[in-house]
Amino acid sequence: MFDDRSPIYVQIADGIKNDILSGALEEDGQVMSTNQYAAFYRINPATAAKGFAQLVDEGVLYKKRGIGMFVSPDARAKLRDQRRERFFADVVDPMLAEARMIGVSVEEIRKHIDGGKP
Amino acid sequence: MISVRDLTVTYGATTAVDSLTLDLAPSKIYGLLGRNGSGKTSLLSVLAAYRRADGGSVRVDGVDPFENAGLMRDTVFVRDTLDVPAGDRIGTVLDFHARLRPRWDAAYAQHLLDAFGLSRRARVSTLSRGQRSGLGVVLGLACRAPLTLLDEVYLGMDAGARATFYRELLDDYLAHPRTIVLSTHLIQEVADLFEEVVIIDRGRLVVREDTDTFRSRGVAVAGPAEAVEIFTSGRTVLSEQSLGSVRQATLYGALSADDRRRAETAGLSIAPVAIQDLFVHLTSEAAR
Repeated sequence: MFDDRSPIYVQIADGIKNDILSGALEEDGQVMSTNQYAAFYRINPATAAKGFAQLVDEGVLYKKRGIGMFVSPDARAKLRDQRRERFFADVVDPMLAEARMIGVSVEEIRKHIDGGKP
Repeated sequence: MISVRDLTVTYGATTAVDSLTLDLAPSKIYGLLGRNGSGKTSLLSVLAAYRRADGGSVRVDGVDPFENAGLMRDTVFVRDTLDVPAGDRIGTVLDFHARLRPRWDAAYAQHLLDAFGLSRRARVSTLSRGQRSGLGVVLGLACRAPLTLLDEVYLGMDAGARATFYRELLDDYLAHPRTIVLSTHLIQEVADLFEEVVIIDRGRLVVREDTDTFRSRGVAVAGPAEAVEIFTSGRTVLSEQSLGSVRQATLYGALSADDRRRAETAGLSIAPVAIQDLFVHLTSEAAR
């Protein structure tokens, strides 16, 4: 489930963000409690709490006292904007760099996207 | 709250714990990591009042644990010797512990026996090493002691039994938070349960940090030998190896975003280091 690439609480936060983006978690929907999360993923509850705290700081989740954590009403749009900003730098540029290295032309890529054979 | 100050434990001419200072906050799960002979068991023995400090002091909630009956009711220490009569049946052992432990949960003890496939009728002398360890876990968890010290309790357990142990430990901790110190050198499979890691080596404290922070400290840098050399100069290098003109160095200390950019520009690749490898590097002869 988790790897050594980044702190587990960051991976937890990223996982919840992905669930919000994909629609698996709905806006104003309740997320699992820290303890449920810890029991499910077999991690220390403090680690889960740290991931949740980061999402509250970023405005992705909000806390209802005594009830639990919920997805912010604007979380999905906000996350989409953030990810769109990074899309070209994080996804397209590395692909183009790889293409350049192995001699795949932009023209071929364009054809592939349009459904034609490269 | 546990306060250890300049603790020294000696066995004749051998110093097992060497001026160790450490504070442990309540209700966390700590991983106590160290190689064989690093002083883990000696440290836990003093916390559990199995022996007296030869130097320095230990306080549990401000009180010296040694010969303190009240504190010991709330402290459990499970070690490989198990410390139960070999001729007794498991049921007898559990009933005895139930009388000593104010928070003993008999139903939970039975649940754990079932989980480890142990019978109340079995005699301790007939148990395999792994089953003895399972019994140790039952004794360590069912008493719900506010200070729970588990010293390499997985000895002889197969992977399935260890998974059962980790699952039961976490579930019971979630329901009944308490201070748990778990000593181990099988770090990789249990690290996610630790809120903090405490690493000791040759009786001294090497690292005490929250697990995620510790995990991020190990970085492997690889690339052309010359570029690696330039990048690693002035940093803590835990190990190095070369393959032809390529060199890989394991560094200790998190890299800043600037460092990462510099490495990338120099054509170096950066990879994380598994927490077990980081531990091995930090406590290897070469790192000493």
